[in-house]
Amino acid sequence: MRLERRAAASAAMAVLAPVIAVMLAGLGAAALFAALGRDPLACLYTLFIAPLADGNGWSELGLKATPLLLCAMGIAVGVRANVWNIGAEGQFTMGAIAGAAVALGLGDAGWFVLPLVLVAGVAGGAAWGGVAAWLRTRCNAHEILVTLMLSYVAIQILGWLVRGPMQDPEGFNFPQSPMFAASAMLAPLFEGGRVTGALVLALLTVPAGAVLLDRTVAGYRLRVVGLAPGAARYAGFSERRAVWFCLLLSGGLAGLAGVCEVAGPIGQLMPSISPGYGFAGIIVAFLGRLRPVGILFAAVLMALLYLGGESLQITQQLPLAATGVIQGMLLLFLLAADVFTLFRPRFSRSHGDG
Amino acid sequence: MAQLPRLGLGGITRRFGATVANDGIDLAVMPGEIHALLGENGAGKSTLVKIIYGVVQPDAGEIRWEGAAVRIADPNAARALGIGMVFQHFSLFETLTVAENIALGLAASESIAALSRRIVATASRYGLAVDPDRHVHHLSVGERQRVEILRCLLQAPKLLIMDEPTSVLTPQEVEGLFAMLRRLAAEGCSVLYISHKLAEIQALCDRATVLRGGRVVGACDPRATSAAAMAEMMIGQALVRPVARARPAAGAVVLAVEGLDLPAEDPFGTTLRGVSFALRAGEILGIAGVAGNGQKELLAGLTGERLAGTAEAVVLAGVACGLLGAAARRRGGMAAVPEERLGRSAVAELSLTENALLTGTEVGFVARGFVRFAPLRRFARGVIEGFRVVAAGAEAPAGSLSGGNMQKFIIGREIGHAPKVLIAAHPTWGVDVGAAQAIHEALRDLAAGGVGVLIISEDLDEILALCDRVAVLHGGRLSVPEPVAAVTVDGIGLLMGGVADAA
Repeated sequence: MRLERRAAASAAMAVLAPVIAVMLAGLGAAALFAALGRDPLACLYTLFIAPLADGNGWSELGLKATPLLLCAMGIAVGVRANVWNIGAEGQFTMGAIAGAAVALGLGDAGWFVLPLVLVAGVAGGAAWGGVAAWLRTRCNAHEILVTLMLSYVAIQILGWLVRGPMQDPEGFNFPQSPMFAASAMLAPLFEGGRVTGALVLALLTVPAGAVLLDRTVAGYRLRVVGLAPGAARYAGFSERRAVWFCLLLSGGLAGLAGVCEVAGPIGQLMPSISPGYGFAGIIVAFLGRLRPVGILFAAVLMALLYLGGESLQITQQLPLAATGVIQGMLLLFLLAADVFTLFRPRFSRSHGDG
Repeated sequence: MAQLPRLGLGGITRRFGATVANDGIDLAVMPGEIHALLGENGAGKSTLVKIIYGVVQPDAGEIRWEGAAVRIADPNAARALGIGMVFQHFSLFETLTVAENIALGLAASESIAALSRRIVATASRYGLAVDPDRHVHHLSVGERQRVEILRCLLQAPKLLIMDEPTSVLTPQEVEGLFAMLRRLAAEGCSVLYISHKLAEIQALCDRATVLRGGRVVGACDPRATSAAAMAEMMIGQALVRPVARARPAAGAVVLAVEGLDLPAEDPFGTTLRGVSFALRAGEILGIAGVAGNGQKELLAGLTGERLAGTAEAVVLAGVACGLLGAAARRRGGMAAVPEERLGRSAVAELSLTENALLTGTEVGFVARGFVRFAPLRRFARGVIEGFRVVAAGAEAPAGSLSGGNMQKFIIGREIGHAPKVLIAAHPTWGVDVGAAQAIHEALRDLAAGGVGVLIISEDLDEILALCDRVAVLHGGRLSVPEPVAAVTVDGIGLLMGGVADAA
C-alpha cells in the first residue's frame, strides 16, 4: 500500500476523521479494559452511558465541558494563525492564581468582587500567554516550547503559594488557600447542581469564535498568516500582531477557565485545580477540526470521558491513568485518520521488483 | 531496417484522480536527436518526463528503451539505463563545493580529487566553464545549471532531459547551452527538450511533439514550421494578435526611487546598492536581469514588505513612503503582483472571493472590522468575468485554478483596486500562451489608462515586447533606464552578465 497525495483535501474525510477516531478509541478502550481483566462492555457502559443517567450527570458534564471549551477555543484560534499555544494549562493556573488573589484580597466587599475576580483571571492568563508572545516576537523563541515550559513554572508557583503566602492559616497546614467569600463566587445555575454561569460564558465563545474567524477582517488576517505567511507579508498583515493577539486571547480564555474553576466548584486555591484541562484542550481543539461548532461537540465528548473516567475508578477500580490512555488514543487515532484527508491509499499488486 | 528509437513510448496513460494528465501518448526519440516537447502549462509535459525519469509510474502503456520493453521503477533505474535529467529547480547544496555536490549524485565511491579531474575533463570537452573547487553559493544561476548538466554528463547519458532550461540564462549563456547540446547530440546522445519558447525550439530542435490536454496533437519539424503555427497547435485555436495602440505621452513621475539600499536578508541573497529610477504615469518600465540579482529584494523594497533606510528612498505619487509598510503603500496607490502565486499573491486554501480581500482590506470591503462579503463577491465575479478566468465560480479555492487563470485573477484583482503604480514580477512565468497574451494586453491597457507599470522579469522577450524603457539589474545595482528602441539584445545581455559593470 502506498499513500498518494490527493489533489485537494477531502471534505468528507475532514468530517469523518473525528468520528472514525472516536470509534477506534472506543475499540482501543475496550481492548484495554479486556487486557486489564474487566468486562469491556460494562466498562464502555460506565464510560459513555452511565454518567448521563441522571440530571446531576448532565450538570457535571456542563461543568467539565466549560474549561475544555474555553481552553480549546483559544488554542484553535491560535493554531488557525499558526500560533501554537501548548501551555493553556499554565495560563489556566495563572488565571486561577490572579483571580484568587483578588478574591482573597477583597473578601466580602460587595457585588463588584466577582466581576473583578473574573477580570483578574483573564488578565492573569493573558499575561502568562503574553510572556510567550514577548519571547517569540523579541527573541524568536518558539511558543510551542515556551508555553509548554511556562506551564510547569505556573504549576510550581501555585504549589508554592498554597504552601506559603496564600495558605489558609486555619487550614490545619493543608496546602490550600482559605475559601473564597460568597460575593467572589459564581453561583450554581440551578439548585443541587455544581454547574455555574461560566458555562454560559463558554458557550458564548462558540458564536464569538465563529464570527471572529469567518466574518471579521481580524480573523481573516489570522487565517492568512496561518495558511500562507508569504501572502501575509505581501498583503502587509503583521505576523507579530497575530502572535500577540493569539497568545493574549488564548491565554485570557484559559485564564478565565481557571478562575471560573476556583471561583466556582472548587471555591479555593489548591495544588490540583485542573485535571489537565489545558492539555486536553489541545485534543479538543483538533478533534473539533479547529472550528468553533466542532469544538463544542468535542468539548462535550471530552467532558464525558472525564466523567466516565471517574466512574471507572469508582465502579471498576481502574486507575485514573486509564482515562489518560483513552484520551491519548483518541488523539493518536485522529492524527492517523487525518492522514487520509490529504492522502489516499493506493494498493499496488507488485512492489519493489525492478 | 530503420534505426530503432532510443526511447519509444506507446499509449502512456496516467490519471490523477479525475484528471487525465497523459492520455495514450506515443513518442519516439531517435539517437542523436534533439526532440522538443511542446505544450502549454497543464498539457502533461511534466507528468510525461516524470514517467520517463521514473518519478511517476504510468497507469497504462509501454516504455521501450532501445527496442526492449522496460519498467522504470525510480530515478535510479532511469539513470542505470542512461537517462539524465536537468530539472528546472536545481537540487544543489549551497554550502558544498561543485565536486562535492556532484559526488553526492554519483553512486560510485570515487575520491574527490579524482572526480574533480573527471569534472574538468568533461567540462572542457563540452565547453562548460566550471571550477570543481568553488562553493555553489558563489555560483550564478547559469553556472549552477552547468553543474547540474555536468552531473548528468559524468554518467555518460544516452538521453538527456532538459526542463525549461533557458529561463534563468542570459542570451549569451543560452547560446553556450545550445552549442553544448548540439555537440552532445552530434556524439549520439538524444536530448528531450521541454520549452514553450518557440524561437529557441526553432533554433535548436530537429523534431517537435506537441501536447495539449494530455494528448499528442501533432508533430512537426520546427525548423520548417512557423512559430505562429506551433503556438496554434499548442493552444488549439488561432492566436489573436495584439493591436498596437497609441499610448499617451508619459505623464508625471508616479514612483521615484532614489538611492535605495537594502541589505540581503540571508547569506545567499543579494544586497541592493543605490537603486534609482523614475517611473512615469502611462509608461511601462522593464527591469531585466538574471534571476538572483536582487529582483526579490527590489520587489520587497518597493512594495513595503521591507522598509528602506530613509523615507525619501521611495516616493509614491509625491509621498515619501520608504518607511511605510505594505498596507500603507497600498493605500497610497501601489499594487504589486509577485512572481509566485500560491502562498504569496494568493492563498491556495481560500476561495477566490476571500483571495480578493487579500489586497482589498484598505479599499472598502471592510466595515467596522467586518468583511463585507456581498460587494467582495461582486468584485471577485467581476474580475473572473472581465479577465476570462476559468474557475468553478467565486467560491472555488484558489488552489484549484491553473497557473495562468490564477495569474489572470491576481492581475485583475490588482487592476481592480485602481492603482497609480503596478509592479509585476515576471507576470507570465509558468503561464500558458493564451493567458500570457491576455496578461500583456491588460498591462498595456493599464498603462494606456495612465498608470505607471513596472515589470521586473527574467524573461527578456517579455520585457522587449512590453516595455517602453528598460534597465538591467545585476548584482543589486540597476543600470540607467534606456528606451527599448535604443537597445540591442546583445547590449542588454552584456549588462545582464555584468560585463558593463567594470566600465
